[in-house]
Amino acid sequence: MRHVISLLLENESGALSRVSGLFSARGYNIESLTVAPTEDASMSRMTIVTSGSDEVIEQITKQLNKLIEVVKVVDLSEAAYIERELMLIKVRAVAKDREELKRMADIFRGRVVDVTDSTYVIELTGTQDKLDSFINAIDPALILETVRSGVTGVGRGDRILKV
Amino acid sequence: MVLTGAEIVVRCLQEEKVEYLFGYPGGAVLFIYDELFKQDKVRHVLVRHEQAAVHAADGYARSTESVGVALVTSGPGATNAVTGIATAYMDSIPLVIISGQVPTPAIGLDAFQEVDMVGITRPCVKHNFLVKDVKDIAATIKKAFYIARTGRPGPVVVDIPKDITAHKCEFSYPESVSLRSYNPVVKGHHGQIKKAAQLLFEAKRPMIYAGGGVVLSNASEQLTKLARTLGFPVTNTLMGLGSYPASDKQFVGMLGMHGTYEANMSMHYCDVLLAIGARFDDRVIGDPKHFQAEPRKIIHIDIDPSSISKRVKVDVPIVGDVKEVLEELTRLIEAEKPNPENAAAWWRQIGEWRDRKCMLYRNSEEVIKPQFVVQKLWEVTGGDAFVTTDVGQHQMWAAQYYGFDKPRRWITSGGLGTMGFGLPAAMGVQLAHPDKPVAVVTGEGSIQMCIQELSTCKQYRLPIKVVSLNNRYLGMVRQWQEFFHGNRYSESYMDSLPDFAKIAEAYGHRGMQITKPSDVEGALREAFITHKNDLVFLDFQVDSTENVYPMVQGGKGLTEMILAEEL
Ligand SMILES: Cc1ncc(C[n+]2csc(CCOP(=O)(O)OP(=O)(O)O)c2C)c(N)n1
Repeated sequence: MRHVISLLLENESGALSRVSGLFSARGYNIESLTVAPTEDASMSRMTIVTSGSDEVIEQITKQLNKLIEVVKVVDLSEAAYIERELMLIKVRAVAKDREELKRMADIFRGRVVDVTDSTYVIELTGTQDKLDSFINAIDPALILETVRSGVTGVGRGDRILKV
Repeated sequence: MVLTGAEIVVRCLQEEKVEYLFGYPGGAVLFIYDELFKQDKVRHVLVRHEQAAVHAADGYARSTESVGVALVTSGPGATNAVTGIATAYMDSIPLVIISGQVPTPAIGLDAFQEVDMVGITRPCVKHNFLVKDVKDIAATIKKAFYIARTGRPGPVVVDIPKDITAHKCEFSYPESVSLRSYNPVVKGHHGQIKKAAQLLFEAKRPMIYAGGGVVLSNASEQLTKLARTLGFPVTNTLMGLGSYPASDKQFVGMLGMHGTYEANMSMHYCDVLLAIGARFDDRVIGDPKHFQAEPRKIIHIDIDPSSISKRVKVDVPIVGDVKEVLEELTRLIEAEKPNPENAAAWWRQIGEWRDRKCMLYRNSEEVIKPQFVVQKLWEVTGGDAFVTTDVGQHQMWAAQYYGFDKPRRWITSGGLGTMGFGLPAAMGVQLAHPDKPVAVVTGEGSIQMCIQELSTCKQYRLPIKVVSLNNRYLGMVRQWQEFFHGNRYSESYMDSLPDFAKIAEAYGHRGMQITKPSDVEGALREAFITHKNDLVFLDFQVDSTENVYPMVQGGKGLTEMILAEEL
């Protein structure tokens, strides 16, 4: 099962490698990992997308909690939450494709953020699924580059991850 | 007071009441060594290899209740220390290792003797630090000691670049530490402890399975009291030996791969299992599927939540310090008075298992049996020596035949299984307990992995007794080859062995070679009594084909034991 795990950790240089090292050393899956500082500059917020049986996910959260620099861990996907990912996709846009790509971007509520004679850069945010669908919806031959940020997320309502 | 970084390091160690610092100098730590030279509170022990510095600190920590401390230089000094650090990590031993690092401006430039110590040790430390500012030294060392000794203990590395040890700043040692991200749970959940008590009252086939966590938490007394109040059988893991008196009638012996028949059978067929400071390791329960196929309720007390339900699903998890939880649990049990009749039939069953007498071996008048040497060692030392070991058959025989009645007497590398551990660990033990007998039970393979420490033993006059069970083979490897690889003894014969007695003599010690069973006891008496104050190397030429029994093959179920008599 896919899980989205969110953590607060000390904003220290070694912290990221402790987390990624834990995943590789213990053989846990890691689909994506994002990290950036929070409003409190001494702390970073990390979102990890992983998958595994309930036992494995339980171990992952326990092992993460055990890291000295990890302040808090929550499995977002355990209850209602919102997830978003940002994608920048550069496509070849010439002749009739220009219209078609613009239309697709509109349907997916994306924006064209860079335009040249022959290319567009389309910016799109949404769930991982939505971004996947966009990629599947356009002609693969037109894709020049895709850049995805990895998933970030937040709990709904009063599910709050804070110290 | 304004001090240099090096002065601060030494002052911090003094503040932490560090008695011995095990180390080896080099370029990156020269300022620190210079400060050590100028004081006499922290006594430095010069080992002959950095691996030994860490093992010695480890032996010191295991045999006391303190944090062991080691100091090594950057690069090769640091990498040599890694085996020792990993050894301590696997057995949750509290250590602080200070390593030198190249000067800050040189970091990342492949400088002479540069190695990313924080990176290399990350997977085998509880935590590590790279100090980047002289102002951080004191707080970092304070944190290192705190992290090492609290919660589930473990080694902490503090890597200090050389320039930082020369910089100056105002020194004051912090009184306390608080880390928002690290607050180990100590007290167990009351509701869970009540549930545990209830299960224990209802048990018909109860079993107590106690591991190294009991030793680390200094909870042997609490364990003994609880077990006696309940009247339940107790088994120990390799790491837990000594946490329950081996001579007690409720003790069924060690369990696991080389555990007793009765311990493994009762572990498997119990209906309520109380696991305390133990982690259902693969060498303990064998195949978890086979283990879980038999229904039973499991209560698991451990300070580390990640140890609970890691390999085996448990019914009543209790996270907390073993000592505190046992005290609370015992109060609940005492209030209700368990009925000893509940387990009467179970004890009869255990009696039948005991009657298999799985530890009997056929002694010989011609050739020395290794088990016999350990038994005699127990007799001669009155069962009261500190025993360190290396890794292999000798380690298992020591565990099986030297009955420990007290905790912290048995010092072995359980998790990592590090050959070379025994002698340096014994140095730390002997320094901590100068008037107690300390024996290293070893093999001719393992002892050669840190034999250079005989020199350290001479320098510090450590009267350790090296009890080498010399079978001319990497015995444990040979045993597996005999059982599982068609007697193809690939590279397990130790050719060209030295004369160990002469080696000991060359280092300035006493050496003896013993070849006859009738000389075993006399030699041990001579070593432990006549030459009490000398290091004696006893090279026992033992049966080279003896195997360790019982044995549960890797991946097999706990009840699928190979017993000596079946062969
Ligand atoms: C550093 C290290 N290398 C290899 C091993 C694998 N190993 C485990 S037991 C053993 C044989 C040990 O031989 P010896 O010290 O003579 O003891 P014996 O088994 O004969 O009692 C070996 C090689 C190990 N545990 N540690």
